[in-house]
Amino acid sequence: MKQQLESIRQAAMAALENAATPADLEELRVKLLGKKGELTAVLKQMGKLSAEERPVMGQLANNVRAAIEEKLEQRKTAVHAAVLEAKLAAESIDVTIPGDEIEIGHQHPMNQVLQQIKDIFVGLGYQVVEGPEVELADYNFTRLNIEEGHPSRDRSDTFYFTDDDSVLLRTQTSPMQIRVMENAKPPICILAPGRVFRKDEADATHSPMFHQIEGLVVDENITMGDLKGALISCMRKIYGEDAVMRFRPHHFPFTEPSCEMDMQCHKCHGTGEIDGAVCSTCHGEGWIELLGAGMVHPAVLENCGIDSTKYSGFAFGMGLERMAMGRLKITDLRLIFDNDVRFLNQF
Amino acid sequence: MKLNRKWINEEFVDLSAVSDKEFVETMTVFGQKVETWERMDAEIKNVVVGKVLSMVRHPNSDHMFICQVDVGQAEPVQIVTGAQNVHEGDLVPAALHNSWLPGGVHITKGKLRGETSNGMLCSFAELGLTQNDLPGVFADGIWILEPDAGKPGDDINPIIGNDDTVVDFEITNNRPDCYSIIGLAREAAAAFGKEMKHHEPMVKGSDAGSIFEHLDVEVPATELVNRYSSRMVANVKIGPSPKWLRQRLRANGVRPINNIVDITNYVMLEYGQPMHAFDYRYVSSGKIVVREAEDGETLTTLDGNVRNLKAGMLVIADESKPIGLAGIMGGENSEIMDDTTMVVFESANFNGTSIRQTALALGMRTEASGKFEKNLDPMMTIPAVQRACELVELLECGDVLDGTIDIINYIPEPKKLPLEPDRINKLLGTRICKEDMVMYLNRLEIPVEGDTVLVPSFRPDLNLMADLAEEVGRSYGYNEIPITEFRNSTQGGYSQEMKLEAKAGQLCRGLGYSEIITYSFVSPAVFDQIRLPADSPLRNALRIQNPLGEDTSIMRTIALPSMLEILGRNNAYHNKAAKLYEVAKIYLPVEGQPLPEEPKMLLFGSYGEGETFFKLKGEIEALFAGLRLKKASYTAVKDNPSYHPGRCASICMDGVEVGVMGQVHPLVAKNYGIDSEVYCAEISFTKLLGMLLPDATYTPLPKYPSVSRDLALICDENVTVAQVEDVITASAGKLLRKIQLFDIYRGVGVPEGKKSMAFSLELRADDRTLTDGDSEGVVSKVLAALKDKLNASLR
Repeated sequence: MKQQLESIRQAAMAALENAATPADLEELRVKLLGKKGELTAVLKQMGKLSAEERPVMGQLANNVRAAIEEKLEQRKTAVHAAVLEAKLAAESIDVTIPGDEIEIGHQHPMNQVLQQIKDIFVGLGYQVVEGPEVELADYNFTRLNIEEGHPSRDRSDTFYFTDDDSVLLRTQTSPMQIRVMENAKPPICILAPGRVFRKDEADATHSPMFHQIEGLVVDENITMGDLKGALISCMRKIYGEDAVMRFRPHHFPFTEPSCEMDMQCHKCHGTGEIDGAVCSTCHGEGWIELLGAGMVHPAVLENCGIDSTKYSGFAFGMGLERMAMGRLKITDLRLIFDNDVRFLNQF
Repeated sequence: MKLNRKWINEEFVDLSAVSDKEFVETMTVFGQKVETWERMDAEIKNVVVGKVLSMVRHPNSDHMFICQVDVGQAEPVQIVTGAQNVHEGDLVPAALHNSWLPGGVHITKGKLRGETSNGMLCSFAELGLTQNDLPGVFADGIWILEPDAGKPGDDINPIIGNDDTVVDFEITNNRPDCYSIIGLAREAAAAFGKEMKHHEPMVKGSDAGSIFEHLDVEVPATELVNRYSSRMVANVKIGPSPKWLRQRLRANGVRPINNIVDITNYVMLEYGQPMHAFDYRYVSSGKIVVREAEDGETLTTLDGNVRNLKAGMLVIADESKPIGLAGIMGGENSEIMDDTTMVVFESANFNGTSIRQTALALGMRTEASGKFEKNLDPMMTIPAVQRACELVELLECGDVLDGTIDIINYIPEPKKLPLEPDRINKLLGTRICKEDMVMYLNRLEIPVEGDTVLVPSFRPDLNLMADLAEEVGRSYGYNEIPITEFRNSTQGGYSQEMKLEAKAGQLCRGLGYSEIITYSFVSPAVFDQIRLPADSPLRNALRIQNPLGEDTSIMRTIALPSMLEILGRNNAYHNKAAKLYEVAKIYLPVEGQPLPEEPKMLLFGSYGEGETFFKLKGEIEALFAGLRLKKASYTAVKDNPSYHPGRCASICMDGVEVGVMGQVHPLVAKNYGIDSEVYCAEISFTKLLGMLLPDATYTPLPKYPSVSRDLALICDENVTVAQVEDVITASAGKLLRKIQLFDIYRGVGVPEGKKSMAFSLELRADDRTLTDGDSEGVVSKVLAALKDKLNASLR
């Protein structure tokens, strides 16, 4: 019997070692340890043994059982691991196959630039405001100190709706200065982006509809030094902290003193040429015009019921298309309003 | 406004030591922005004076000559020419080997019929000159230079006046004085802190009589003519102007004509005061009347065009007819001719707006009208006419008559402004002392007496402290004004509408839609293109009175056409698919109000594989959920002519219609060139603003499981999903948590005219696990109600 047990053990160990699948293992378990299994069959013969032999054989049988069970567990783990490995190997894929196509839409490039600019100004304390595009001449011109007969009022420049030229498509976002100032008391600090309209045929650099961004700050003791500080810090946030700026005198009817702000060309660093050729970015000027600005004209403040001896302010305006085209290297303005998906998808 | 630097260097302020680059930079930063500038000699290189030493006939040509030309080098060079007007001993322009001529013409040595030619002898045209620049010079051949023009080897550029730089300034509207050489010289002198030389024109006069014996001037149009000054010249000898004058005109882009016309142009450039010269012979009865034209009058202007005049246009007339279009162009009938002997100089100040409007109406903006429209200084008419007469005497081309006719209707009062250094410093943020301010103003020829600024007549733009602050500021240097770290006390931000718009945009893009930007104005034809009924109130659109074209002549009252146009364009570009959105304003006229309402619409548009009604509907639902809006309901719309009658729904929230969606009617799609299915939605973004749900608060998660019961219902074909859902919702009671349609089936097992709709009902209680009895109870109530209300039964 001892020999029987020993041979069962040896055969079992060998068989288990060779079992390759979970099914083989299960079959062996039943064959070896099951109710009708080999070990059980041997144990059934225990009754024939003497009282002295019984505990010894019992102990031996238990040892054999424990050894088989241990081996069985060990083999189960190994076989399952092998099976999983084989399954994973079989499931392997070509990860370079493209993913499922999920089209994400694109924000219009010009609005992307506008959003960046708005966020910068909001961070600096500007409230963003919007206003009507069909506007009164009173707001678009008169109260901005643009006199009757001024060329910008001509029907060759401005779109009108009425015979008396009193209702028009706004030619600038500056009427928002008036709309804000007549309703709010200083301190005022607003940014007014929006559509504006001028009678220009569409070409690579013109469009009858385009966008401006207007800014206005009114408070006590605002100086031209403040204007410079505010605009330089804003523009450096847009164009980079190392951007070099300059201010030039200019003329706008609704600001005095007035100025334009230029940025030194980042391509040619102000020299106007690259490798002996005229710089294509600034067209040889060395500077790129960024915006027009100035101290709010006292007459404009008074037109809105703000005491110009107590308050002063600055205003600025910039063209969005020009800025977006420069930043995104768009060469033709018409692309912006063409809305070709092949263009939109690039941004 | 063009400025040739030599002119101001020679006459007004010598800045010849200043490089072109420095000049341009300094002027720009001082406030006179330079648009462009160029050296006049940039185009001509290596062209010199040559002396023809000998000429022999070319052995292989019957018309060419082989010339030995002294070009100032050790040895003469051989140049072959085909010209017949050259003689031994002539001085000629010689383009040497590796030389450049205007237009990028490159001359190199070569062989002409076997003979070496080391360059080219030039005609004046080849040097960029015209007969006007060189009156009397033979045009069809080599330009034979004057014997004293230079010596062999001299650069040709100085000889033809090209040793100059032309600077083109952008002059701002408020500075009419800078449309002149004198005005720009004044700015240049101030910018460089130099003294400017002034020249007061002096007329010697003659014994040829007085203007009053010949001319009478009347100005009935007092409102449009501020001043009309006139002098006359007798015994005029028309001929070419001298070289110095011609070269100054040429450098400024003005074509020399003859001495009298050149003088008027020269004075216009120098003083900025347009002048005109009439041939006195054609001034009928010796009378000039400056009046408004009558409707139907015509005038042939100097350019040969017949102009049909209208009332209100200002003309210079004689007793019977117009002889000039005031401030714009003279008439052909009084033009200076070669045999003109008596000339009337006009130096006038006209109303700028009137001149501009007339020039615009006639489509003939000229140098003169461009100046007048800026509103010139009325004090300039006399110095200008004096200068013209002085030049007549200098050029010895006539005898100036005694006397000046000077009719003055309006001269502005001399202005005085207080000089307030503290206020100026407070506005600029500077600490400039009063003495420096006075110095800056004086440099600009603005006198200051004590604390009073005496504004000169040529500076109508100076009216208040802020104007003086600009003069002080730019003289001090805008870039020198100390920068302050400006800090706002205000809180920046966006309105709720802007935030929602930004969020909607993000959601739309997440759903695969790209943003477009379209014009606010459209063609009136769009209403027909989208099949809008003739009586639709949306056809009442604001009309632009002066549109660029019919295509952009009305303000859109509906944004669908803009979207369709872009979809159509993308389709035309052979883009296989497009999914686009726009937040677009529409412009709705309001009775009795001058301005329209401008609500915003959210437009979706798509075409391409996979686009369906239900895809779009699902996307809209996702957008609404993302924006946290009230529940939307959809009802079929069969009569919206822009949409497919069976595939269009109105979208309502809270009983308010907020939009419409569906498949665009195939006829409409075809109008935009698209044959495939097009889906659009028009949602009032402005209305959505009022449909926001309150901010979410936490609802406890369910403690007890839900049970799901599926119902397959047979009902009539015309019963809608919404109807079934409504009945289920109304009858199920509070255990019902969710209804989901999962199948619609027609075919085997379902009778003709019927359909099967399968719904999954999710039931749950908050306080216990549901029993079979609970769910059976709900289902039987629901089935009873469905049978009763919709005649639907379990399949």
